[in-house]
Amino acid sequence: MNKDNHQGIWVYIEHTAGHVQRVGLELLHAGRELKAVTGEELTAVVIADQTGDLAEQIKSYGADRILAVDCPQCKEYSTDAYTQLLYDLICEYHPSTVLVGATENGRDFAPRVACRLKTGLTADCTALGIDEETGDVAWTRPAFGGNLMATILCSNTRPQIGTVRPGVFRAEQVGTAAQVVRLEKNLPEQSIRTRIKELVHREGTPFRIGEADVIVSGGRGMKGPENFPMLQELAELLGGVVGASRAAVDSGWIDSSHQVGQTGSTVRPRLYIACGISGAIQHLAGMSGSDQIVAINQDPDAPIFKVAHYGLVGNLFEIVPALIQEIKAMQA
Amino acid sequence: MKILVCVKQVPDTTEIKIDPVTNTLIRTGVPSIMNPFDAYAVEQALRLKEAAGGTVSVVSMGPPQAMSILTDALAMGADEAHLITDRRFGGSDTLATSYILSCAVRQLGPFDVILCGKQAIDGDTGQVGPEMAEHLGIAQVTYVSQLRPDGDRLEAVREHPDRQEILSVALPAVITVVKGEERPRFETIRGRLKANRQEIGILDREALPVEDEKIGLTGSPTKVKRTFTPERHAECVWVEGESAKDQAKALCQALSRAHVI
Ligand SMILES: Cc1cc2nc3c(=O)[nH]c(=O)nc-3n(C[C@H](O)[C@H](O)[C@H](O)COP(=O)(O)OP(=O)(O)OC[C@H]3O[C@@H](n4cnc5c(N)ncnc54)[C@H](O)[C@@H]3O)c2cc1C
Ligand SMILES: Cc1cc2nc3c(=O)[nH]c(=O)nc-3n(C[C@H](O)[C@H](O)[C@H](O)COP(=O)(O)OP(=O)(O)OC[C@H]3O[C@@H](n4cnc5c(N)ncnc54)[C@H](O)[C@@H]3O)c2cc1C
Repeated sequence: MNKDNHQGIWVYIEHTAGHVQRVGLELLHAGRELKAVTGEELTAVVIADQTGDLAEQIKSYGADRILAVDCPQCKEYSTDAYTQLLYDLICEYHPSTVLVGATENGRDFAPRVACRLKTGLTADCTALGIDEETGDVAWTRPAFGGNLMATILCSNTRPQIGTVRPGVFRAEQVGTAAQVVRLEKNLPEQSIRTRIKELVHREGTPFRIGEADVIVSGGRGMKGPENFPMLQELAELLGGVVGASRAAVDSGWIDSSHQVGQTGSTVRPRLYIACGISGAIQHLAGMSGSDQIVAINQDPDAPIFKVAHYGLVGNLFEIVPALIQEIKAMQA
Repeated sequence: MKILVCVKQVPDTTEIKIDPVTNTLIRTGVPSIMNPFDAYAVEQALRLKEAAGGTVSVVSMGPPQAMSILTDALAMGADEAHLITDRRFGGSDTLATSYILSCAVRQLGPFDVILCGKQAIDGDTGQVGPEMAEHLGIAQVTYVSQLRPDGDRLEAVREHPDRQEILSVALPAVITVVKGEERPRFETIRGRLKANRQEIGILDREALPVEDEKIGLTGSPTKVKRTFTPERHAECVWVEGESAKDQAKALCQALSRAHVI
């Protein structure tokens, strides 16, 4: 395969109920970082029954171009339609690289697209770079439940495709508006072999911890659900939200939407305060990219201190209330 | 209804430790188990058979030791089992693995439903199911927690963090399952005794018509360039004090100096 025939970095933009998912905007940032090395054009791809408003939402996030594909069979997501449309676009424009958010839908259709193209797909990446020797994308991802990281190359086939975990990059507006290319496609109805009969939304508005600026997290050291309001108070004073370790979630002290880590959300807030969390590798996998990490733990050997910028050894039931007092005094 | 479940033998990653000196995975002494999501897939298959009749077959690709998880599936109640095993299949990435599995499906089938786990807890990609569906050119539904017959189709509940989709899918189809409410059943003593006597079919390169350029390292577009243990950074600044109040004060000052708060 002649790699030179494949040019351009693509980001697939997922959306639900008329809103683009944040991960797509994050990946435009990742795409800009790759572009800074390879000099390729950055394209956002959005597919829907009507993409007009969606393209507007993406415009200022740094793409050079938006391919906006209107297809009447895309009122709702289906594996068959989205696979076919992205596959057709790739065959027509032959990009070198395609980034897809590692959401349920991204991880549903990206493997089918890759397989149809007979190319490589790297799953659930948490870091991207360019390999110095080959110029290929170096995809880094966790495996073995977060215990091991692997850097993967796809050197002999194009495009090289990866799904990238939400929360790893920061969505960033850059001002310059992308050029929008509108395309109209049509698919035979019978080529879509699934049908959504019903959508059931979970109770309450979905809590998205990944978007918070400050996170105050509690673990097993919190001892019980009755002690979480204290974290809530601290979080609110700092303009943040409450997170949790899996131990706290599994104990039923807090809803699983608050879980940070390998099997929860990946977060990178400005400030992460870990209270009574030991710092298991699976927890670190979700938060070690935070700007500033504060750990409060009575055990000076707890692994959380290995990623912390500020470590407080002591009893959280004394330190957290003292912090609340102190911040209130500062803000007064 | 002819049902196939793909099961993978994996190290129990909850038991894996990192060697602090060499910074590598310690795999010795780590038990090998059936991928936990695949056990849920076997359970869904058995329930589907109970509801719609038919047979449940299981297949695994791996070294000869993977036989033990096939026997486990038989003990749970599967009807027959096959092991795909050949050194030449080793080193396959998900594209090559799913290709080999799809060849076995063609050989052993046709099947109406092929069940997989949402992901294997070692490779963690979740790509083998959808890629196999693509090789076979059939429909798929991923992240399924519940499954029931629906005329000549299946009804599946697909899980998202904030919502569920109730889908109808045409057969044949690949379904990948999450841990639903129906936990994998325990084997019975009768089931275990029967399973121990049951023969497991072997599919090696000779028995399976595959194209050599599509398997193993040659057939794998992705290559693992390097592996490492997650990096730990940061010089931790210890915030000390006579009392919790002193510590809190010192922290607030430090964060304020760093313009964090
Ligand atoms: C496949 C897999 C996926 C996983 N995914 C995740 C995930 O996404 N997120 C996650 O968090 N975990 C995950 N885990 C679980 C993880 O391995 C740990 O079990 C979990 O993170 C431990 O939670 P913890 O730190 O709250 O509890 P513990 O490890 O029990 O730590 C409690 C800490 O609290 C401290 N403490 C107790 N009392 C006090 C006090 N009064 N004051 C100060 N400190 C105190 C203790 O010193 C201790 O360090 C996963 C595990 C596996 C196997
Ligand atoms: C550190 C590391 C990282 C890797 N990263 C990638 C990557 O990003 N992209 C890539 O293409 N390959 C990758 N591989 C290779 C990949 O792990 C293998 O191809 C593996 O055989 C299948 O992938 P998986 O374990 O992720 O399975 P998954 O796709 O997660 O498995 C999903 C389901 O498919 C079925 N299944 C999977 N394997 C088998 C089997 N052997 N027998 C029966 N059923 C099975 C099971 O039902 C399972 O629940 C990586 C390997 C390593 C060691």
